[in-house]
Amino acid sequence: MTEEVLRIEGLRKAYGLLEVLKGIDLTVHRGETVCLIGASGSGKSTLLRCVNFLGYPTEGRIYLEGRLIGRESGGKMAYRESKLCAVRTHVGMVFQQFNLFPHLTVEENVTIGPIKIRGVPPAVAHEKAAEQLRRVGILDKAKDYPSQLSGGQQQRVAIARALAMEPSIMLFDEATSALDPELVGEVLVAMRKLAEDGTTMLVVTHELGFAYNVAHRVVFLHEGTIYEEGPPQEILVRPRRPRTQDFLRGHTAFRMPEPEMTPAAAVDG
Amino acid sequence: MAYEWDFAFLWVLWPHLLVGLAGTAKLWAVALICGLGIGLVVGIFRTAPSRILRSIGTVYVEAIRNTPGLIQLIWFYYAIPMVTGWQASAWLAAVVSLSIYTGAYSAEIYRAGIASIERGQWEAARAIGFGFGAQMRYIVLPQALMRMIPAFGNRAIELAKATTLASTIAFGELLYTAKVIAEDQMRPLETYTAVTVIFTVILLPVSYGCVWFERRLARRGGVHRD
Amino acid sequence: MPYDWNFSIVLQYMPQLLWGGLHTVLLSAACIALAVPIGVVLGVIRHQRVRFLAPIAVVYIDFFRTSVALVLICWCYYALPILLGVNLSTFTAVTIAIGLQASAYLAELVRAGLGSISTGQWEAARALGMPGTMRLRYIILPQAARRMIPVFFLLVVEVVKTTTLAGIVTYPEIVYEAFRVSTEVYRPVETFTIAGLICFAFLFVTGRIAMRLERRYAAVER
Ligand SMILES: Nc1ncnc2c1ncn2[C@@H]1O[C@H](COP(=O)(O)OP(=O)(O)O)[C@@H](O)[C@H]1O
Ligand SMILES: [Mg+2]
Repeated sequence: MTEEVLRIEGLRKAYGLLEVLKGIDLTVHRGETVCLIGASGSGKSTLLRCVNFLGYPTEGRIYLEGRLIGRESGGKMAYRESKLCAVRTHVGMVFQQFNLFPHLTVEENVTIGPIKIRGVPPAVAHEKAAEQLRRVGILDKAKDYPSQLSGGQQQRVAIARALAMEPSIMLFDEATSALDPELVGEVLVAMRKLAEDGTTMLVVTHELGFAYNVAHRVVFLHEGTIYEEGPPQEILVRPRRPRTQDFLRGHTAFRMPEPEMTPAAAVDG
Repeated sequence: MAYEWDFAFLWVLWPHLLVGLAGTAKLWAVALICGLGIGLVVGIFRTAPSRILRSIGTVYVEAIRNTPGLIQLIWFYYAIPMVTGWQASAWLAAVVSLSIYTGAYSAEIYRAGIASIERGQWEAARAIGFGFGAQMRYIVLPQALMRMIPAFGNRAIELAKATTLASTIAFGELLYTAKVIAEDQMRPLETYTAVTVIFTVILLPVSYGCVWFERRLARRGGVHRD
Repeated sequence: MPYDWNFSIVLQYMPQLLWGGLHTVLLSAACIALAVPIGVVLGVIRHQRVRFLAPIAVVYIDFFRTSVALVLICWCYYALPILLGVNLSTFTAVTIAIGLQASAYLAELVRAGLGSISTGQWEAARALGMPGTMRLRYIILPQAARRMIPVFFLLVVEVVKTTTLAGIVTYPEIVYEAFRVSTEVYRPVETFTIAGLICFAFLFVTGRIAMRLERRYAAVER
């Protein structure tokens, strides 16, 4: 785990006068799963959105696969939307609200990116889509429309859609927060499988059990700064600093270590 | 003394009314196609990231919607020959002004339809790597168009009504034909009643169709096709 | 040959155009004065599904919604006097035509406005022991009216635009006056540009008021 996929240096992001991110330095290596935890409003979503430029950083540098994104001019970074489109194809994003395209079938949701952006021939794209859908265990729904699926199934399709672009890194923004409790498990199982396959992932989550069992590293974000970070066994079990301790005390439902997550156990909740 | 209705002359003259109706239909169809095209472009302008495009769209829509259609029609009737040097043409003036009029209203339909698509859809499309044009073409418009259909239906009805304005510049559509017949036969009551009935018989079913489709969309709640 | 614009000569006739504009406003006011009572009554009948009356209201509303303003004006001006056997002034004929049509649109607006009030409001009023008409009069209509006001202003804009058709049957509103001015000065494009600007100024302001009110009421209800 030496090769850097993502490197964030001195990232700041302000909305008007409100500075949400106050200088973030973070590196994610190939095959690594980093979990980002923190209270609501601490800037987790903002950080992810900066990484694939759904929001532009106010200051700081972002390197993807070793390449600096944007153009440097006068100590500041300048971004061109047309260039960023290409960057985003290398960064997969999974949203809290799934955001599947309701007018397209599951299969079309997954193939539209490769076909329209990469120019992959439809036959090849469909083959690859089937592979990704199988990975997340939802191949049998390929011809269905999103509205015919449960929340958990939709979210797994959204994961497959992002994977189909063969991104360097996958970003998950509270991928299970909008789901009914009994559906959370199936999505976590799918994510865990990706992590074990060696997918590079940056995961915002409130599922501390997932972080404990799957993450290589846990990062605790507090008021726009990285307040504490380290291996899950340290951060989640023996946090050193007071804010982290407070945060973890708030998560009483946290079972640790989480019972081994087999699909059957996950479905039971 | 009760008025004695007599529709007999219309029985003889109905081919003239039919020709007038054909004029109405032609004007309606051409102006609708042009208007929807203009509206699509302006509607996209109104939602574009560029501030200049948005302002252009806003000025166009506000200017057209806040002036009476009749004034626009007459204005184009005199202004087109002035700019082009051609002879004044009622047909051209009617097509241009009704297209521009319909363009402004349909731009608002497109804009509202586009705005009705949740932000998450745009973001998901962006996150895959689509640019503005591709987001619009593959993700937003296909969903939005379905929701716009009832509004377009109503717009088509309003345009059909507006074609009667062209009678004021002597374009041979239904109302103008009727006016000629009414004066010629000195039977305005029967003639204008007939025109009223013709429009109602044509437009009422279309209007019900729009309502029906709107209900259907609302009931299905979503936009997916199956 | 580039056209040689000449607005100054038209501007000399500004009073005449404004006088026409005043008639436009007067005519619009008369149409709305006719439309409001009819529209409110029909809207309530529709919403309450009053027996026997509701189907009649439906026919009335659907007929006027889908009929053509200019045809109605011609009918009221040329045909209605024959049918009634009396003389109607242009003002009266046009007011009837546009007023009745506007009342149909207004009825739909009223019905939608009443429908937007939650059943909880009706039930709360009933729980106080109010009879039906009182519930409507004191509890439901005031709330619905507030929500309807912005759309009502848009309806006013449409009415004002429609009244410019009255010139066709010789009522001296703005288009009619513009025609007279343009035949006098042979400057139709300039004349109708000015007439258009006058209308724009008036209608734009009306539309802005609608937007302002919409925002204010939206804020109040939250
Ligand atoms: N588009 C925006 N405009 C203004 N403020 C925003 C915007 N997006 C997020 N914020 C603010 O930034 C802060 C961090 O938000 P977010 O990154 O969503 O937090 P988290 O995902 O950790 O809950 C919050 O205070 C939020 O109100
Ligand atoms: Mg968040």
